[in-house]
Amino acid sequence: MNPGARRYILIAFAGIVALLYILRLFYVQVVDDQYKLSAQNQAFLYVTDYPPRGNVFDRNGKLLVINQVAYDLMVVPRDMKGCDTVGLCKILNITRADFDAKLIKFSGSLKEASKDYRTYIFEGQMLPELNARIQERLYKFTGFYVQARTVRKYNYPVAAHLLGYVGEVSQGIVDTSSYYKSGDYIGKSGIEKSYEEALRGKKGVQIKMRDVHNNIKGSYKNGLYDTASVRGSDLVCTLDAELQLLGEKLMQNKKGGIAAIDPSTGEILALITSPTYDPNLFVGRDFSKNYTILHDDSIGIPLLNRASQSYYPPGSTFKLMDALIGQQEGVLTPTTLYPCHSGFTLNKGMPGCHAHGSPLNLDGAISQSCNSYFSWVFKTIMDNPKFHGNTQAAFENWRKYILSFGAGQKLGSDLPFEMKGNIPTVETYNGIFGKGWHTMNVISLGIGQAELGLTPLQMCNVVCSIANRGYFYTPHVIRKVGNGNPLEKWDLKHYTLVTNREYYESVISGMANVLITGTARASAVQGIDICGKTGTAQNPHGDNHSVFVCFAPRVNPKICVAVLVENAGQGAWWGAPIATLLVEQYLKGKITDPSRLIIEKRMEESDLIHMDPKIKKTNPAFWE
Amino acid sequence: MREKSDSIFYNVDWFTVGIYLVLIIMGWMNIYSAVYDDVKSNIFDLSRLESKQMIFIFVSMALAFSILVIDASFFTATAYILFSGIILLNIAVRFLGTDIRGSHSWFKFGSLSLQPAEFAKWATGLAIAKYLSGVGKQDWLTKLAVTLGFIALPVFVIVVLQNETGCALVFAAFIVVMYREGIIPGIILVFGILVAIAVVVGLKYPNHLAIFSLILLVIGGIRLLLVRRTTKQILFTFGIVAVFSSMYLVSGKVMEKLPEHQTGRIKSWLGLPVSRQMEDRFGYNTKQSMIAIGSGGWSGKGYLQGTQTKFRFVPEQETDFIFCTVGEEWGFVGTSVVIILYLVLIMRLIIMSERQRSDFTRIYGYGVAAVFFIHLVVNIGMTIGLLPVIGIPLPFFSYGGSSLISFTILLFIFVKLDSQRLLVLR
Ligand SMILES: [Zn+2]
Repeated sequence: MNPGARRYILIAFAGIVALLYILRLFYVQVVDDQYKLSAQNQAFLYVTDYPPRGNVFDRNGKLLVINQVAYDLMVVPRDMKGCDTVGLCKILNITRADFDAKLIKFSGSLKEASKDYRTYIFEGQMLPELNARIQERLYKFTGFYVQARTVRKYNYPVAAHLLGYVGEVSQGIVDTSSYYKSGDYIGKSGIEKSYEEALRGKKGVQIKMRDVHNNIKGSYKNGLYDTASVRGSDLVCTLDAELQLLGEKLMQNKKGGIAAIDPSTGEILALITSPTYDPNLFVGRDFSKNYTILHDDSIGIPLLNRASQSYYPPGSTFKLMDALIGQQEGVLTPTTLYPCHSGFTLNKGMPGCHAHGSPLNLDGAISQSCNSYFSWVFKTIMDNPKFHGNTQAAFENWRKYILSFGAGQKLGSDLPFEMKGNIPTVETYNGIFGKGWHTMNVISLGIGQAELGLTPLQMCNVVCSIANRGYFYTPHVIRKVGNGNPLEKWDLKHYTLVTNREYYESVISGMANVLITGTARASAVQGIDICGKTGTAQNPHGDNHSVFVCFAPRVNPKICVAVLVENAGQGAWWGAPIATLLVEQYLKGKITDPSRLIIEKRMEESDLIHMDPKIKKTNPAFWE
Repeated sequence: MREKSDSIFYNVDWFTVGIYLVLIIMGWMNIYSAVYDDVKSNIFDLSRLESKQMIFIFVSMALAFSILVIDASFFTATAYILFSGIILLNIAVRFLGTDIRGSHSWFKFGSLSLQPAEFAKWATGLAIAKYLSGVGKQDWLTKLAVTLGFIALPVFVIVVLQNETGCALVFAAFIVVMYREGIIPGIILVFGILVAIAVVVGLKYPNHLAIFSLILLVIGGIRLLLVRRTTKQILFTFGIVAVFSSMYLVSGKVMEKLPEHQTGRIKSWLGLPVSRQMEDRFGYNTKQSMIAIGSGGWSGKGYLQGTQTKFRFVPEQETDFIFCTVGEEWGFVGTSVVIILYLVLIMRLIIMSERQRSDFTRIYGYGVAAVFFIHLVVNIGMTIGLLPVIGIPLPFFSYGGSSLISFTILLFIFVKLDSQRLLVLR
């Protein structure tokens, strides 16, 4: 080749190399994202600005849940060289092995940890006292620093289940959410969970730049991409803190649940479950320890909210609905009389009854809680001629009425835990008795037994429907979020299938007599006309449950209460005094009458779980 | 007319001078950014690198002006003398120079330091041009032996002895000159490139000799199908296969015999296991350099906005890794513009070389083009992971007086020679 022509080869060679380099740069700079991510990880430090969660107030403006400062001990494993590990372990009360285990959990291995420049929560939610001890010697703990966080503080140690708790977000949520990052806190149960989005506010983030030595070098682009945090919204809940407190006191050392609702709005005034726990146990670094203890208590099951997650046979309180359905179906009037001979004679004396005058009208049957009477009523509903002897059709008709009172279905409240309860179906009995079953097979439904199961919340909702003479509002605990208007979704009335106001008045008249001449007359309260109904629910788990439902006052009712005390005997013994004490507290503001104070003390101090069975089978109203 | 041709700027190739100025200004801006911190920098503070570089730029321009004033025949006349002088300096520095990180290539005068190896580039260019343009009709082997034996190899060995292997590799640029002059046949260059490939493949995939040889045999077989299969051709083909296979085979063994501070960079580049110390020195550099360039994206993070360079994740970012600042702050747009500017400069130098009546100017011009090209390829290739870490500067961009001044001298001697292209210089 002529040497002069070699210039073209050389020019082409230079051009090709330049082109290859440009293509390589295009790949590295434009196509491949890994270098951008690495650069961000190395040079950017995302400092999260955690807003305080919203406070929670009770209906009277008392602060139930506020924030307190807690301290997270943060670590950057790579910077730990020269750290006084022994001293730190001593303060945290952990062993060296625990210490290393944490680092291994963060970085994979101790070797990796020495290169790991990411930040981890080494010890979360230290309360001020522990923080003070760490701060004293923090200069010796190279690689560690303390970051202040807000955690919950419960001013009233009540309503733990309802309020819920806040904890570190689970990995599952981190993986699926664009908001939560590992180490964030989230509402785990109760209203902390159902109103998480309102309460949490909005995290802010500041993008800081750091150099190769991990020194902070100011804000990225002077904070152009930083976002400010937004404080969480305050919640006003419908609870009455004092009422809740009293209810929990009365229920201590007993098992059971209470629901109290304002029938004119559906606002839950108190929701009590026993045994319960102090919500402050779920704050701070002892959370897991405390949680495990409560979780493992298989006898008391304190984590269960018995007021809305457990369902019980309603017992005689169920008779109120039969009385209403019977009238609506035209098979019962207030003057209808039925005889009682210590039992329902049509069915070989089952169910049995106690001694009282006979025959009784509707009013008397309610106040005396006559089992025979309501077996009759249930029989007439089931054998209503309009169904031409089709028991199953009559049963379906009856069942629809029951469901219209909110029994046997989730009410749609804002509680994150609500059980459906159980109202048996035709299929249930087809399964038990075969297809040709008849009224007498299921006669105990008339007195609230058999397969029936209602939560105390549902029992209370039934009473609300009666107090309102035909409708209820969905029970709820939050009336408004932040500075917003009261939530409109709670304004909807749900009508029952019993539509005539007079039917209710006749039932209410009987309920009033329950506390005047009837089964719960010992629990009457001077100056408040309470309408109630006792229940003594047989159950397969031992002694009868003591049930009482009531509302007051009779005109323009302000409060409905349903109390269920497990295995406590008759409704009049425990349910009625507890329920009426709550009514009194709510309507009068406090309990003043000396005789009522004695009852209150007796309820509060009685340990039903460990009580002598002989004493347990008596009415505490007549104790010396 | 007469006045005009007497002007020192008569016939100066302004296009080349223009690219030079653009590169110098861009280079200074990037050094400013690479050492920039939020503390208000003051370019009159002479302890700061960007201020020093500014002074080097002024010195360079003064030198460039001086070169344009001198008559071109000065360089043809004194080529050997300049070369000998620079060689003596380079030998002296081995014994008298200051030890900087194990290399003996710097003279220190107070706060100033000088690296004579940089100056050897243009001196060698002049010497080779002088010899090849004056040698007349000789067979190519004699020319090659003299050029290598008396000029290129001594320089190479002297610079290697200063512990500046990277810098010494630059003298391979003059192979291009000899290729252009017809002294080295193209087939030898192709053969050299293939040997390099065989060695690299042998290092990277040492346990696949069978596959490697098989691929060679298939290529050889295809070749044999296409040519007349004489015994000579068949022997030649199998000979080549045998040579490359043995290159493949011995590369790893030879590598193990060499000192680690030489082989570490190559192993690290190929992703082979290296000691922690080598990883920190070479692997870390490449990784951080690629993160800085790669994070620049399409149009970069903006001038003075680089995080990887500004916060010193990239080592030696104002000298050998200055291209990272370009990549991070100006993005793909910036890096392509810089590469294209260099390519245009190199092509311009080739075109200028080819328009000479004087063999001396042409040969020297190719030397200049080749020296720029090898710096560009090795330096940028290193920053984007295409080549191992070899510490040589990016002309006009990397911080440093010696390199800036000697690149200016290198270029402007040629600009001066070219301006007198109508005369035949010897
Ligand atoms: Zn009776």
